[in-house]
Amino acid sequence: MFENLQEKLQRAFKNLRGQGTVSEENISEALREIRLALLESDVNLNVTKDLIEHIREKALGQQVATALSPTEQVIKIIHGELVELLGRDTARFKFASQPPSVILMAGLQGSGKTTTTGKLAQWLKKGGHRPMLVSVDVYRPAAREQLAVVAKSIGTQLYTGNVGADEAGTPLVLRLAKEAKRDAANFGCDILLVDTAGRLGIDEELMGEMSELKKLLNPSEILFVADAMTGQDAVNSAKAFHDRLGITGVVLTKMDGDARGGAALSIRQVTGAPVKFIGTGEKPDAFEPFHPDRIVSRIMGM
Amino acid sequence: SFTRTVDESDLEDLEAILLTADIGLSTTTEIIGRLRERAKREGIESGSALKNLLKQEIKSILDDVQRVVRPPSTPPEVILMVGVNGTGKTTTSGKLAAFFQSQNRSTLLCAADTFRAAAIEQLEVWSQRSGVPVIKTRQGGDPSAALFDALDAAKKRETQVVLVDTAGRLHTKAGLMAELDKMRRIAQKFVAGAPHQVFLVIDATTGQNGLQQARLFTESAGVTGIVLTKLDGTAKGGIVVAIAHELKLPVVFCGIGEKMDDLLQFDSAAFVEGLFN
Ligand SMILES: Nc1nc2c(ncn2[C@@H]2O[C@H](COP(=O)(O)OP(=O)(O)OP(=O)(O)O)[C@@H](O)[C@H]2O)c(=O)[nH]1
Ligand SMILES: Nc1nc2c(ncn2[C@@H]2O[C@H](COP(=O)(O)OP(=O)(O)OP(=O)(O)O)[C@@H](O)[C@H]2O)c(=O)[nH]1
Ligand SMILES: [K+]
Ligand SMILES: [Mg+2]
Ligand SMILES: [Mg+2]
Repeated sequence: MFENLQEKLQRAFKNLRGQGTVSEENISEALREIRLALLESDVNLNVTKDLIEHIREKALGQQVATALSPTEQVIKIIHGELVELLGRDTARFKFASQPPSVILMAGLQGSGKTTTTGKLAQWLKKGGHRPMLVSVDVYRPAAREQLAVVAKSIGTQLYTGNVGADEAGTPLVLRLAKEAKRDAANFGCDILLVDTAGRLGIDEELMGEMSELKKLLNPSEILFVADAMTGQDAVNSAKAFHDRLGITGVVLTKMDGDARGGAALSIRQVTGAPVKFIGTGEKPDAFEPFHPDRIVSRIMGM
Repeated sequence: SFTRTVDESDLEDLEAILLTADIGLSTTTEIIGRLRERAKREGIESGSALKNLLKQEIKSILDDVQRVVRPPSTPPEVILMVGVNGTGKTTTSGKLAAFFQSQNRSTLLCAADTFRAAAIEQLEVWSQRSGVPVIKTRQGGDPSAALFDALDAAKKRETQVVLVDTAGRLHTKAGLMAELDKMRRIAQKFVAGAPHQVFLVIDATTGQNGLQQARLFTESAGVTGIVLTKLDGTAKGGIVVAIAHELKLPVVFCGIGEKMDDLLQFDSAAFVEGLFN
């Protein structure tokens, strides 16, 4: 198995024994190990560079003759930097003053939007809400059927609507969304969750559709659903969605695997939007509010 | 011995390109190290010559692991599609069905994802699009039973290729990985040499975790090649270079969109160009 960061840092500091201060020389090997750990965790290269600079500044000149060993001190500094970047608190969820509140799900293909829509509905139900679901993914084969199966399994209202002979395209998407919002109000549902088709940030046409959905629905939350296994490209996709839509939060899915989830740091860095939830499995209840320090420990391999 | 010929800042720029493409630190360090040696030896000075050399290095990593695959002498050829959740297994199954059909090889789809909501319906749409029949069971049914039925039908119909779409699963889930092993044994029992190909479908956005996916899917399912999907986005898919380098697995196909003909046979030169665009 991998040696964790703590062990590596201990090795880097082995020549430093309880005297003096952390110097340029003994910090540089430690910083190399930290860089490795961050890159192996899929933290973006530029984000990693910035973090390393901050950590170097903070660590240099730290008095070693304290209760903490140099390793412990540096670990504390890294931990602090990463938690700082991710935001200290579990973010709160926003609702509209006039129901129904609309939650728009957005993200790349296969990131977990449809599954997360069901999970979020289940979570909101437990919190005493009455959510309604709608899928405006008129493109992917059986995407709307998928959400119907999910809605049924958790016993939630679903707006199906009539697709009829309409061509798959933005007019149909907007019609379904509009009807669903009206239907949610009629049924006394206080929240409408809108599952959208996966799309690339560089797909002009489909990103334009997303903007139109936003204009039409005036959502109180726009959640960017991202896969925890995402690598360096996380910054590009997150930025594209954020620039276009102004995302209000992030859901990091597939955290039940062994991916370190460094993409969370990259996404936060380029969007400023907090990670609000994590997905931890395929079933509707495999879903939790996000806790920054847990993922920080995971990125650091501890 | 230090020579002045290699510009370290050029190397650093190239290193950044490889890291940003998800090739990973370990493989990147090795490639850059080799490049430095070669550049010194061959007295290469200009940045663009260095870049060309680097392209050659990466291309040869990818080319060296390519294998010649011939269809089995007695059909059907059984191809198992495996991978973590949401990478593009079902979509690629549909595209491949159309591809084989266009090569005049009779094909059958097998819906062995009985777990995910509407996975069977999704493959059925691909069956309609491609005109390739699909064998299925009900949702919640045994995927091995669907596989058995498909192989049986393929034998009776003298079908040449059977494409088996399996449920997405994380490589860390031992129970689900054992299920793949079981499917492999059933295929083997029923058709000699099956599964002939096991394609691990990897999403181009995948980071360093892709290496562990390839390792563990190879252990349980005997992966023979990679399908790299979603190359139409901004992600470079560099993790396949690390996979080729460390696990000697070739990339066979690429996905470049959501439509039926958005599938390419892997072209290492084009892929390497893409890394630098
Ligand atoms: N293990 C695990 N699997 C997940 C999680 N979230 C989603 N999945 C799986 O990921 C795959 C893709 O999920 P979907 O919800 O269909 O993703 P999507 O973003 O709606 O996909 P498109 O609509 O095709 O863009 C499915 O197999 C889900 O079961 C998670 O937290 N953990
Ligand atoms: N842009 C793009 N999207 C793709 C490509 N291949 C697949 N997709 C999309 O990615 C999403 C997931 O594809 P699926 O085929 O459902 O993936 P899967 O691996 O079968 O997913 P699970 O069965 O849930 O594990 C869908 O929205 C597909 O349309 C590709 O090459 N490019
Ligand atoms: K994915
Ligand atoms: Mg979906
Ligand atoms: Mg599938």
